[in-house]
Amino acid sequence: MAESHIPHPDLPPPANVIGVFGWLHRNLLSSPLNIALTVLALYLLSITILPLLNWAVFDAAWSGETRADCQAHSGACWIFIQAHFDQFMYGFYPEAQRWRVNTAVLLLVLSAAPLFVRAIPNAYKVRLGLGLLVIYPIIAYMLFKGGLFGLSGVDTRRWGGLFLTLVIAGVGMTAALPLGVLLALGRRSQMPAIQTLCVTFIEFWRGVPLITVLFMSSVMLPLFLPEGMNFDKLLRALIGVTLFQAAYMAEVVRGGLQAIPKGQFEAAAALGLGYWKIMALIVLPQALKLVIPGIVNTFIALFKDTSLVLIIGLFDLMNIVHNATTNPEWLGFSTEGYVFAAAVYWLFCFSMSRYSQSLEKRLHTGHKR
Amino acid sequence: MNTAKSLTISLIAASLLASASAVQAGATLDAVRKNGFIKCGVSDGLPGFSYADEKGNYSGIDVDVCRAVAAAVFGDAKKLKFTPLTAKERLTALQSGEIDVLSRNTTWTSSRDSAQGLNFTGVTYYDGQGFLINKKLGVKSAKELDGATVCVQAGTTTELNLSDYFRANKMKFTPISYDKSDESAKALEAGRCDVLTSDQSQLYAQRIKLAQPDQYVVLPDVISKEPLGPVVRHGDDDWFDIVKWTLFAMVDAEELGIDSKNVEEMKKSTNPDIKRMLGVEGDKGKDFGLANDWIAVVIKQVGNYGEIFERNVGKGSPLKIERGLNALWTQGGLQYAPPVR
Repeated sequence: MAESHIPHPDLPPPANVIGVFGWLHRNLLSSPLNIALTVLALYLLSITILPLLNWAVFDAAWSGETRADCQAHSGACWIFIQAHFDQFMYGFYPEAQRWRVNTAVLLLVLSAAPLFVRAIPNAYKVRLGLGLLVIYPIIAYMLFKGGLFGLSGVDTRRWGGLFLTLVIAGVGMTAALPLGVLLALGRRSQMPAIQTLCVTFIEFWRGVPLITVLFMSSVMLPLFLPEGMNFDKLLRALIGVTLFQAAYMAEVVRGGLQAIPKGQFEAAAALGLGYWKIMALIVLPQALKLVIPGIVNTFIALFKDTSLVLIIGLFDLMNIVHNATTNPEWLGFSTEGYVFAAAVYWLFCFSMSRYSQSLEKRLHTGHKR
Repeated sequence: MNTAKSLTISLIAASLLASASAVQAGATLDAVRKNGFIKCGVSDGLPGFSYADEKGNYSGIDVDVCRAVAAAVFGDAKKLKFTPLTAKERLTALQSGEIDVLSRNTTWTSSRDSAQGLNFTGVTYYDGQGFLINKKLGVKSAKELDGATVCVQAGTTTELNLSDYFRANKMKFTPISYDKSDESAKALEAGRCDVLTSDQSQLYAQRIKLAQPDQYVVLPDVISKEPLGPVVRHGDDDWFDIVKWTLFAMVDAEELGIDSKNVEEMKKSTNPDIKRMLGVEGDKGKDFGLANDWIAVVIKQVGNYGEIFERNVGKGSPLKIERGLNALWTQGGLQYAPPVR
């Protein structure tokens, strides 16, 4: 009697190893120690997160116009942020002229968008990128500063808020990277004069804190200039930030250069390429790709360092928030102000970090381990 | 070798500084006239003293002093450029000529007046360290504070003044120090301390931050002297005189009952003091190199001292500071100005 054996169909896994319960069991409640840790963690969360939520969301004042509207609520006073929001974004930039800042931002987003479309060939992207790098700062400067083509002039002391933070960070990043690459190449150069110059520059700027650089540029420099020759405070800060960041950038790039095997240089030289071609076509593309995390790290640090300009009385995002907390009509809301500033900084830094990660993934040609 | 080198360097620096200030001597008024505006250094944000609103317009008692000087020099209180300065950079900014006058709640002390090459032109606000306390404790004077827990707003000399005062009066206290002014206000409200100490002008700003400001009172005792006033560079006496007498004129105007509303009527007054002040008689303006009716312009555009005080820190402001020491000498205060004659 040949009866084929029919195995019993698989039973579904027990309810406590799959789904939500399974996950909970595996990850949170697998042993007495884990149970204890879970309970402790829940307790810690409940005593920290709940009051925070109550303060920031449930008990907070969301709508109203004046300080009095906040006093009925025990939580955060977001009306303070609403009332000062435009100021936090543009500083003291004249209200009627703020469209110029918006236009410049829009222009940047639209013209830079093709760089992020993968279907467009790289050759075009390089041309567009280089063109942007040269032309955009000029257009943006004319829009911001005015005084030409019928635009009314806006003194740089009226620039402020997030706008000023982005100007400082943007100028610092775009100027520091090429300068840093040149310094890194110079430091590895065979020519003693160039090498000494670059090493001295890098070691000097890395050896002083940024706050000192800013303070010197704002306070000490005018003492040594002849009377009447007093150039723009913002320009002085921008130069200081750029030179400072370039020194850091140079060391990051140098790290990448050192990781490129000697064979690459020799092979390129054997093909008959000159120094600049070797660097631009063979070495730098590989080296820069390797140090993307380091470069972005420097950029993020720079973005946050811009808040140091408050020491020289420039009203960047941080300082404009501080200024608003001294408004006699709105005293006592510095926590809300600083939480807002922190959120904005985090948003920008986190976006930069995510972008760099996607860039790394896209460029991981042959280096991923 | 090293000392010689550093000596040389400091000598070079010193001579550079000296030559810079020598160039400026006597020339501030000319330079200001040539620029068409006064460069005024103010605080980077202090309630009632200097604050920039949404549009970047500055207001405050320190700001009004600068506006008055601009009115005196140009006949227009708007011909100003404000430079917000931190406490650390304010004195160098003045020394380097980045600003023409510093009006930034700066305490008049001997070392600043001498060694740092500055001239204080007068006192816009007699400040001093005081105490903020809950009314329900029933304390009427700082002398009753024996054994109290004191919240201290950390400052340059706040802690020192506090311990000096308690030691001198043979009292005990427990200090709790806070860096941020908001923290110390919250600590007082939460009852972590009985009393909060800071400069009196700050205490009034702190009081607004409390949930029930009316429940708290600033004690009348003042335990340190902090006279705040505008500052100019050493070595330019003409400029020094102008800033000094702008301040005096505003105090005198209050004493004589001249304010921004009645100044035109007052020109018809028969009182010779008023006639001289407003430039109807004599030529007091010429001695300063200013227009003859400069005081009238200052009062009309900015106001007398009392008006400035009430508008920025007094009854007309959220701070509601009492005149106290800053009342006129005729009303029991310290504000006393030499006469215009």
